[in-house]
Amino acid sequence: MRMNQISVFIENKEGNLLTVSKILKDNNIDIRTLSLADTSEYGMLRMIVSDEELAKKVLKEAGFPVSITPVIAVRTNNKVGYMHDLLEKIPAEIANIEYMYTLPSDEGSVLILKVANPDKVEEALGN
Amino acid sequence: MIWNESKECMSRDEMMHLQSTRLVKQVKNVYHSVEHYRKKMQAVGLEPGDIRGIEDIDKLPFTTKDDLRDTYPCGLFAVPRSEVVRIHASSGTTGKATVVGYTRRDIENWEECVARILTMANIGSSDTVQVSYGYGLFTGGLGAHYGAEFLGATVVPLSTGNTKKQLTMMRDLGVTAICCTPSYLMYLAEAIEEQGILNDLVLKSAICGAEPWTENMRREIERRLHIDAHDIYGLSEVMGPGVAGDCKFHTGLHINEDHFFAEIVSPETLQGIPDGETGELVFTTLTKEALPLIRYRTKDLTSITHEKCECGRTTARLSRFKGRSDDMLIIRGVNVFPSQVEAALLDMSEVSPNYLMIVDRVDNLDTLEVQVEVDERFFSDEIKELENLTKKITHVLQQALLIVPKVKLVEPRTLQRSEGKAVRVIDKRKLV
Repeated sequence: MRMNQISVFIENKEGNLLTVSKILKDNNIDIRTLSLADTSEYGMLRMIVSDEELAKKVLKEAGFPVSITPVIAVRTNNKVGYMHDLLEKIPAEIANIEYMYTLPSDEGSVLILKVANPDKVEEALGN
Repeated sequence: MIWNESKECMSRDEMMHLQSTRLVKQVKNVYHSVEHYRKKMQAVGLEPGDIRGIEDIDKLPFTTKDDLRDTYPCGLFAVPRSEVVRIHASSGTTGKATVVGYTRRDIENWEECVARILTMANIGSSDTVQVSYGYGLFTGGLGAHYGAEFLGATVVPLSTGNTKKQLTMMRDLGVTAICCTPSYLMYLAEAIEEQGILNDLVLKSAICGAEPWTENMRREIERRLHIDAHDIYGLSEVMGPGVAGDCKFHTGLHINEDHFFAEIVSPETLQGIPDGETGELVFTTLTKEALPLIRYRTKDLTSITHEKCECGRTTARLSRFKGRSDDMLIIRGVNVFPSQVEAALLDMSEVSPNYLMIVDRVDNLDTLEVQVEVDERFFSDEIKELENLTKKITHVLQQALLIVPKVKLVEPRTLQRSEGKAVRVIDKRKLV
């Protein structure tokens, strides 16, 4: 299935991440999972939240560059080799995965994938 | 030693007489040869005959970098292209470079001016001179090179960079004098100490210019390298290095006054101010053929004295430079205007034209960081896209500034807006 991820550009400055987490807390937004990619100068905080539109609005107001990015969510069954079998289903010519991380849930993990061609990838996965 | 005693030691009366004769001739020349000058003179009702001597110079309109920009590239040249033997260029305030030209006679005069200053630094025909200024459009490398050759010295044209090679040549060839920026010499001094080769060197003098430095820095260089360090001043519009330089008494930079007439004016009122008081330096080129400049505002702040120097020279001396009356920065010897950064960013749709330049000196080398706001419309959550953007901005700025900046993306609206007096430059360099 398709999910909307919210991405926030965070400069490497003291207290910056704390500002973001406080804004989300104050607006009662639940962070369901996150991944923080870092470079030497800035970080990219990618999150699946309970209300991405509200999160976008309040973070934007606070001056953070924010974008909402569609990602693919695929449930896994916690068996050895599952990820390999899954990735193998994606034909080489469309297999351009930008990044991936997982979302924990009660019924096992969910893989979050950012790909260049989400429609084709979903079709290939039979998702 | 004095290279040209007849000029450098002439009495003040003789000098004024020579300057007057040359000015009258130069004014006639530019009036008839350069439309831009003629129009400027006509606009204030001046005819060449109104200038009868150096005392009339303040009747003439000033020339600025804007005049050079408006007549880009060669509109102020006073001779046909067939007589121009060389072109140099420096940064303009915006996209366009400031182009300067030289006739064969101009090059000869330049060579002599540099030779006079090398002589002040006790350099002669038996010396080996390493030129570690950049060669190319920048006047530093070729200017120092030709001057040292004219003097009869052995020239080692190393240009900039490759510190290891610089030191190897310095040692193996028995280099006795070096021409480079003071900050690069500080950097070389450290490398020499690290390699422990000071005792293998026979270096005795350094002629440093192209960027501001202090008396303390000069003494520090002398102490660390066991040499005499001298200051050389020039700007490409007027000629290049060799307009002025200091003798062994280090009590100001002797101007080659038979070629360049210096005035100090108040940057606000543009009125002349007395000797010893700080103001903006203005030059009139008395002998330049290809690109004569009439009352060119250098934007450099300094003061002047006409007292005779202990060394015997009678030429007027400039005190150490105290800064600029505009916002030009000198970074690694290269002139940089904040407006160049702004113009370059305005040409890019992906970023907002808000920027902050942070200039610093790390291990004696100048660094430039340019902070640029990410435009929300072009914000990508993919790091490779942001990295591509950083590379693109770096490239665009490098093309505009001729030095490679470090580009840092920052959050939108974190830099000050351009309304009012936004701080666009933070210069952390401490000249000590």
